[in-house]
Amino acid sequence: MSETTAATPPVLEVRDLVKDFGGLRAIDGCSLSVQEGTITGLIGPNGAGKTTLFNLITGYFQPDSGRVFTDGEDITSLPPHGVFQRGICRTFQIPREHGTMTVLENLMLVAPDQAGEQFWNCWLRPGAVRAQEREIRDQAMEVLDFVNLTHLADEYAGRLSGGQKKLLELARTMMARPRLVLLDEPAAGVNKTLMKKLAENIEYLRRERGITFLLIEHDMELVMELCDPVIVMSEGRRLMEGRPEEVRNDPTVLEAYLGGQYGTA
Amino acid sequence: MQQIDLARTAFLFLPLFLLGLLVLPGRAALRIVLALAIAALVAFALPLMLDRGTLTYLVSFSTMAGIYAILSLGLNSQWGLAGHVNFGVAGFFAVGAFTSALFTTTMPEGALAAYSQQAFGLQWPFLVGVVMAGILAAIVGFLISIPVLRLRTDFLAIATLGIAEVIRFIFQNERWLANGPQPMRGIPRPFDCLFKDPACSWLPSGAAEFLSPLSPRDYVFFYLIVVSLILAVVFIALERISRSPWGRMLRAVRDEENSAAMNGKNVTRRRIESFVVGSFIMGVGGAVYAHYVVSIDYSHFNPLFATFIVWVMLMLGGSGNNKGAIIGAFAVWGVWSGAAFMIDAASPALQLISDDLPSRGAYLRWMLVALLLGLIVLYRPQGILKERKKVSDFMPGDTGKD
Repeated sequence: MSETTAATPPVLEVRDLVKDFGGLRAIDGCSLSVQEGTITGLIGPNGAGKTTLFNLITGYFQPDSGRVFTDGEDITSLPPHGVFQRGICRTFQIPREHGTMTVLENLMLVAPDQAGEQFWNCWLRPGAVRAQEREIRDQAMEVLDFVNLTHLADEYAGRLSGGQKKLLELARTMMARPRLVLLDEPAAGVNKTLMKKLAENIEYLRRERGITFLLIEHDMELVMELCDPVIVMSEGRRLMEGRPEEVRNDPTVLEAYLGGQYGTA
Repeated sequence: MQQIDLARTAFLFLPLFLLGLLVLPGRAALRIVLALAIAALVAFALPLMLDRGTLTYLVSFSTMAGIYAILSLGLNSQWGLAGHVNFGVAGFFAVGAFTSALFTTTMPEGALAAYSQQAFGLQWPFLVGVVMAGILAAIVGFLISIPVLRLRTDFLAIATLGIAEVIRFIFQNERWLANGPQPMRGIPRPFDCLFKDPACSWLPSGAAEFLSPLSPRDYVFFYLIVVSLILAVVFIALERISRSPWGRMLRAVRDEENSAAMNGKNVTRRRIESFVVGSFIMGVGGAVYAHYVVSIDYSHFNPLFATFIVWVMLMLGGSGNNKGAIIGAFAVWGVWSGAAFMIDAASPALQLISDDLPSRGAYLRWMLVALLLGLIVLYRPQGILKERKKVSDFMPGDTGKD
């Protein structure tokens, strides 16, 4: 926030982030920002550092240098649950559902500030815990309805198909009432029909709930349809940012993907 | 029916009632009525059907199994709910036992002090001793958990195993603390005056008259009530919190830690909580054990007897299921105790194989327990009662089937 005149700080700002894994520099001075109310796409070749960037933002890894801000507040050194409490949540590239719990309880788990999470409340204030559980259950059923998984509410989450797990991942973020959702390849391994549904859901959430999205995606069709702007990452840094059609036609982007000899892949 | 049998019946009723509540199916109201009826019937029938020695054996068997069930519940809070591989059950068990002993015994004086040393002896009541045992074990658990819970699975196992051995060696070597290698004796038994002559002064004369045929050897009949009640309280308290949003969070952390963290759960804190709750329960188990055996020393707390058998109990009963933890404790203790009779009976045959085999028969029991563990892991890894599908009982049940 160099210029103090800026109306609102971006919902997410990443500044000069660096992360080394041994001799490998996964993130190399990456800076980018995500504006409130957008669906920002994050693309780039494999190994560009997109998922690592997500891990740094959400506090799963600590960066070697650089900072992460949300609404101007420094969240670099917060643990994952601290980042979550600032209204940022994420999904995983490979769904990480809690397979030994039902779909419904997978969602109920995510609801923040549950009285019953302090075990003494279960002894001392069972009434309050019960009332809140009812509320959270109803909220979870609504979310399930939204992603068309109601019929699977009582099924073990581990038994869902790959596509259904992707929907569950998105559904979990909705339970958190977030401001910013980081989606890591939401459409990978999802069939066309489901992908369409997924895209509609994301667009609906942005429009109706004002949730900002930053999504990693390899499916260009989806990116072109959904995202604006699109950020391209390559070799651990931001290569360029622009409208989807600009990015699509940019020679440096093609070069990053195909290694300077495009056409031969 | 003689008066002594009738008196025993009176003592058997409550433990049987609680057992009935635990194992009978059906709705709460129906279960209570059914358990009352069956407990009354069985409490009358047992002294008639079994000779007195056998009945006493059965009661002391159940008492010991009940103590193991408390340990098994403690382990369930750590392993079953949160996935901690704690191979140091013996350590918390020992801390609880010695703590309660120190708080309830009398400090040796005069000539006795030369033979028996201990850090202090406060003569506080039994229940205070039990609570202090839990608290101290929980504190030890908390202090250990800070460095140790950074570890996972087999590394955690090695660390906890080591810590339990350290605790055991402390009690073995520090004479000033709890009489070192010598046993700590004279741990008071609650209300043991019930079985003495003359009986407790506060006892109404009718009750004293009723109990008069019982000798101090029958004390275990009373202690079974104490153990059952404490077990029931531990079970209900743990069941409450494990089938709640707290328990849901632990299951989430156990199965997919990163995802739980990304969904806003403070993973480290929850892992510590479950470890500390488990340590508290194990400490309580230690106290209940100390007041039962009256004299304890370091050798009671070796890993085989106080850690691994508890693991087999929990795995047989069903990791993650509190009811299963109790059933597993009784089942494995039954196998263990039954094996002693079996090996006795088989000793002529063993003699034929090798002369000194009967005298080594005790080791065969371990083989049996090990075999049992192997069979569980191969054929029923989820245990007798598997973990329930729905975690939270606080959630209204109209969508859940299980």
